[in-house]
Amino acid sequence: MQPQRETVLQVRGLGVRYQTRQGPVHAVTDMTFDVFANEVFGIAGESGCGKSTLIRALLRLLPDNADVEAERASYRGQDLLTMREDEFRQRILWQEISLVPQSAMNSFNPVYRVGDQVVESIRAHRDSSRAEARERVAELFDIVGLQADLMRSYPHEFSGGMRQRAMIAMALALDPGLIVMDEPTTGLDVLVQERILRRIREIRGEIESSIILITHDIAVIAEMADRIAVMYGGELMEQASAIDLFETPYHPYTLGLNNAFPSIRDIGGELISIPGSPPTLIGPVESCPFESRCPFRIERCAEANPAPVEIGEFHQVRCFRTDEPEELRRLAKEKSTWRS
Amino acid sequence: MSASTINRYLQTLRRGLAEHYRIITSNPLSRIGFFVIIAFVVVAIFAPWIAPYDPWEMVYDKDGKFASLRPPSWEFPVGTTHLGYDLFSQLVLATRTTLIIGSVSGLISIVIGANVGLIAGYYGGKIDEILMRLTDILYGMPFLPFIIVLIALFGRKLEFVILAIVLIIWRTSARVIRAQTISIKQRQFIAAARARGCSDLRIIYRHILPNVLPLLLLYAAFNIAWSIITEASASFLGFGDGETISWGGMLYELWLSGKTRVAWWWFATPSICIVLLVTSLVFVSRAYEEVANPRLRKR
Repeated sequence: MQPQRETVLQVRGLGVRYQTRQGPVHAVTDMTFDVFANEVFGIAGESGCGKSTLIRALLRLLPDNADVEAERASYRGQDLLTMREDEFRQRILWQEISLVPQSAMNSFNPVYRVGDQVVESIRAHRDSSRAEARERVAELFDIVGLQADLMRSYPHEFSGGMRQRAMIAMALALDPGLIVMDEPTTGLDVLVQERILRRIREIRGEIESSIILITHDIAVIAEMADRIAVMYGGELMEQASAIDLFETPYHPYTLGLNNAFPSIRDIGGELISIPGSPPTLIGPVESCPFESRCPFRIERCAEANPAPVEIGEFHQVRCFRTDEPEELRRLAKEKSTWRS
Repeated sequence: MSASTINRYLQTLRRGLAEHYRIITSNPLSRIGFFVIIAFVVVAIFAPWIAPYDPWEMVYDKDGKFASLRPPSWEFPVGTTHLGYDLFSQLVLATRTTLIIGSVSGLISIVIGANVGLIAGYYGGKIDEILMRLTDILYGMPFLPFIIVLIALFGRKLEFVILAIVLIIWRTSARVIRAQTISIKQRQFIAAARARGCSDLRIIYRHILPNVLPLLLLYAAFNIAWSIITEASASFLGFGDGETISWGGMLYELWLSGKTRVAWWWFATPSICIVLLVTSLVFVSRAYEEVANPRLRKR
């Protein structure tokens, strides 16, 4: 499917099930996607749609009550899920795939200096002297736009944005092939958000790593990502290049999201929200997860879950009504359509 | 290691000590406590030179008369026993025993308690269940009978007194450290450390331990105080080490002599020493408690 570009991460049919007292929760179902070298792959979706679970499954950070199944989940040909635990921790985690966790602001240990924590993360995986590691940290701080002497500060002396940038520096420390940023701008004010995003964009020019950017903020993803996957109810609804997703969306959920996102060209245009709330994901899923909220549902939607349909290169849609996109797009613009 | 790194370590150490000094002297009670403890430590270190007589040496006054049951005077500052032993010498030498037993069993018990607490709290599940049920069993164990049985089995030796104290006393610190560990392991930075590929041991000892340290120091001080009281009670009941003089042992001898009503100086002095040292330790630990629990500050 991808003749010219190197695939960094390949995921086929990944599912995660949590065993709970109320029964199994299908947090992630049948995820299939690729991340190519040197690109930003955005994963968008509302809270509870399984974005973080997906990432934690790939990094093997899920709690014990989670079952992960996949046909394939590999990083540059190495299977992530069957690798031995200590080998995975030593060779893959941080070395190859690093994570800027959700609420990275609280991800520093309050009792150590920020610089020392980055040094620790380097020395845990690489055989380097303290002085070398320190030099590397100064370099990293420079990349993310922090002064090198801030290394000696404690986390509480940093502002939220500074901590976020320090966390990004930590994620860059070992030149990983893939950096996962889980909601990197959540909890920051708009100005700081913008600064962080600009910084990430600048960093992209300096490093080779691919980035998976997870967010519920469609504006952030529109700005940053090369390709976007839209998740809903633990499933991939639509996957396309950023331009295709916003210019020629197919899936009703994507159409709804585009409506709910203010356009700078259409000032005063009313935002239209999608009524209803996401499914609970408890028990087996028979229908399309979006069925109950979809204004374009037909009978088949309640009976079976549609399989992904290939629209074009890199463009897949999980919907039965992919043959009439013009009609759906026209109707989706009207507010009355979305009244349940 | 180069001279500059050694220098840096020394600097960190000095800063650390200065910080502890600041904590301890931050309120008047703990400041008094701190100096009382220092005084006892000095006495303990120089005990053989300070004590004028052997603890079990019959003494005579300057007129050459056998000094039995003398009240405090210039010659015998805290009086003598019915067998003519100098109580001042006994008191000074007993300080050493008490401090050794207190600090050794206090420290061993905090090391055990901290490890049990950290491991039970961090791993949870079966490990937690086993370790905590063990702690519960110890909680059900009545203190003095336990020590009496142990001493009866192994003999009246200093080591076994310490062992008995340690076996009982670590339980409280284990519970408290476990609770704190459970709360800290939920924090974001622990998850972040795990995502960085840190091993469990590394997370426990490098990331959680420093965060429970104030609590640990607090319980270390408590444990020392409790060990001292326990040793005194055991010795008073006659289960101390018979060959070493201790404060509790002095009271035991008074009891045996039957002179409790007569020789007020004999029971007053060891008792005052026990109370003074234990209260001082509690005062100092209070200062750490304020660090561990800021709500106690400024009331």
